[in-house]
Amino acid sequence: MTEARRPRVFLVDDHAMFRSGVRAELGNAVEVVGEADEVDAAIELINERVPDVVLLDVHLPGGGGQAILNGVMSGHPEVQFLALSVSDAPEDVIAVIRAGARGYLTKTVSGEDLLQAVYRVAAGDAVFSPRLAGFVLDAFANEATADIQVTGFDPELDQLSPREREVLRLIARGYTYKEVARDLTISTKTVESHVSSVLRKLQLSTRHELAKWATDRRLV
Amino acid sequence: MRGPIRRSPDVRVLAGVCGGVSRATGIDVTLVRLAFVLLALGSGIGVLAYAVAWLLVPIEGETTTIFSRAVNDRRGIRLVIAIIPVLVVVQIVAAALHVGYLGSFSWPLFLAAGAVLLIRRNASEKEKVWINSDLVPMLHAGSQPHHRRTLVVRTVLGLVLGGVGVFFLVVGHPTSAALRPVGGALLVIAAIVVAFGPWWLSLVRDLMAERQARAMAEERARMAAHVHDSVLQTLALIQRSAGDPQHVVKLARTQERELRSWLFEGKPPGTIGEDATMLAEGIGVLQRQVEADHGVTVQVVVVGDCELTYGLRALLEASREATVNAAKWSGAPQISLYAEVERDVVMLFVRDRGRGFDPDAVSEGHQGIAHSIRARMARFGGSAEIRSSPGQGAEVELTMPRRELVR
Repeated sequence: MTEARRPRVFLVDDHAMFRSGVRAELGNAVEVVGEADEVDAAIELINERVPDVVLLDVHLPGGGGQAILNGVMSGHPEVQFLALSVSDAPEDVIAVIRAGARGYLTKTVSGEDLLQAVYRVAAGDAVFSPRLAGFVLDAFANEATADIQVTGFDPELDQLSPREREVLRLIARGYTYKEVARDLTISTKTVESHVSSVLRKLQLSTRHELAKWATDRRLV
Repeated sequence: MRGPIRRSPDVRVLAGVCGGVSRATGIDVTLVRLAFVLLALGSGIGVLAYAVAWLLVPIEGETTTIFSRAVNDRRGIRLVIAIIPVLVVVQIVAAALHVGYLGSFSWPLFLAAGAVLLIRRNASEKEKVWINSDLVPMLHAGSQPHHRRTLVVRTVLGLVLGGVGVFFLVVGHPTSAALRPVGGALLVIAAIVVAFGPWWLSLVRDLMAERQARAMAEERARMAAHVHDSVLQTLALIQRSAGDPQHVVKLARTQERELRSWLFEGKPPGTIGEDATMLAEGIGVLQRQVEADHGVTVQVVVVGDCELTYGLRALLEASREATVNAAKWSGAPQISLYAEVERDVVMLFVRDRGRGFDPDAVSEGHQGIAHSIRARMARFGGSAEIRSSPGQGAEVELTMPRRELVR
């Protein structure tokens, strides 16, 4: 974690109330470099100011969070995105993750957890809410027998390791990374690397469930 | 279980007689059944014995028998006696037409009809359900409009075939004398219909009115149960939280919504899973109820889904108990509930970050709760594990096999 420098954060949300709420919650722990309430302005400002972390509302008028991800990632891949949403639909969540977001939180998250997540994403790690962990377990649940015939099964990408599965289960049960580490007697860093590896699989796997969720949002 | 013979509702093919005998004597039920079947095939005594046992042995958990109820059923006995005039007329007509066999048939038929009527009227509610569930498949033809039409077609076809049969029989003995009994029989039937039709109709109408009254009484009882489960419970909660106006408003509003949806949309306010058929749905109901009643956030994550079995309903009840406990005692504003459907089992975790407790040294009250969760799970082959220590929050782990236990 880069604790030395305050991460530069950009807020994208169409509700002014929510933006000011988040600003207040993050307080002085981060530097808020700007905010936007619609897609085009957001892309322009983010490309201009290049923040460390963009807090991104999934549901935005004019294309949604994915449009912003697509508009920024090509020019500035170093900008990290953390998705915030009131929606709990798996297709929404998986879609923004596959478009490049490093994590996903529901808007009911506490200020402390949000801050921790921002630091984590700024450091290049992934942030999994219990809900997201549940979706991933769901998507990678059964043996991908159908996928073997259909898409060509890649065990590296299309399957979770037993350890990753354990980590995700604990996160889904409401454990923090630190608690997960203690429960499995591994270091927090190892938990983070497991989660990052899961995120990579989530973004690159061609598993049927993920592909289906993505096409539901016309992402592919 | 030893003791007096009681017909068993759990182990039954027809009336549960063999199951009862097996329980009272300890002999395997299959052997008992085999004995009855052999006796029935050999001399018919098995059928008689079974029928007598059916009428004279009460169902487990009941004190009166069908026979004892029938003896006291005055209205039913009057109905049976009312058939006697029909019998007398049949006898007279049969004698007049010199068709003795008609007369000799009518007595046993009368007895059978009377017995069926009395049994039907005096079977307990449970037994009526059995009889219906056994007979309905046989009589299924009449239950739906398009089936009714095929029933009519089949009846007409049967009559035509029967008629043709009779015709051939008559042709087989080409004397006009053979026509006489047939014509006579038809005449008798027509006479009965004309003479006693209206009277029978009124009898049927009486029976229908009686059934309607019973259905209404049942409906009233169901309504009382619903009102108790929802409105009275909510009123009790409101009384208890009189000091917290916000909570009272929330309770009242939730109740109002529930009542409206019951009255105007016909959705009964339910305990968990009463109308939910899938696990995730049931957990959603649980989440809403606990959040509304206790003002905490329940964060729910469900991986996979499956249909609710009795065991899984027990799992839901136990997890509600665990969630409500966490809401009441832990002091944590948020409770995590995670359920995962695996191939053979469903695992469910209820976790809070509240004040925690020492599971080995809990007070009597907690002990009871832990037991009620454990006992509930154990009844369906599941298990419960409770992990907690002071200051560390608590986690309840529930495991329930997906397949129902075979009794």
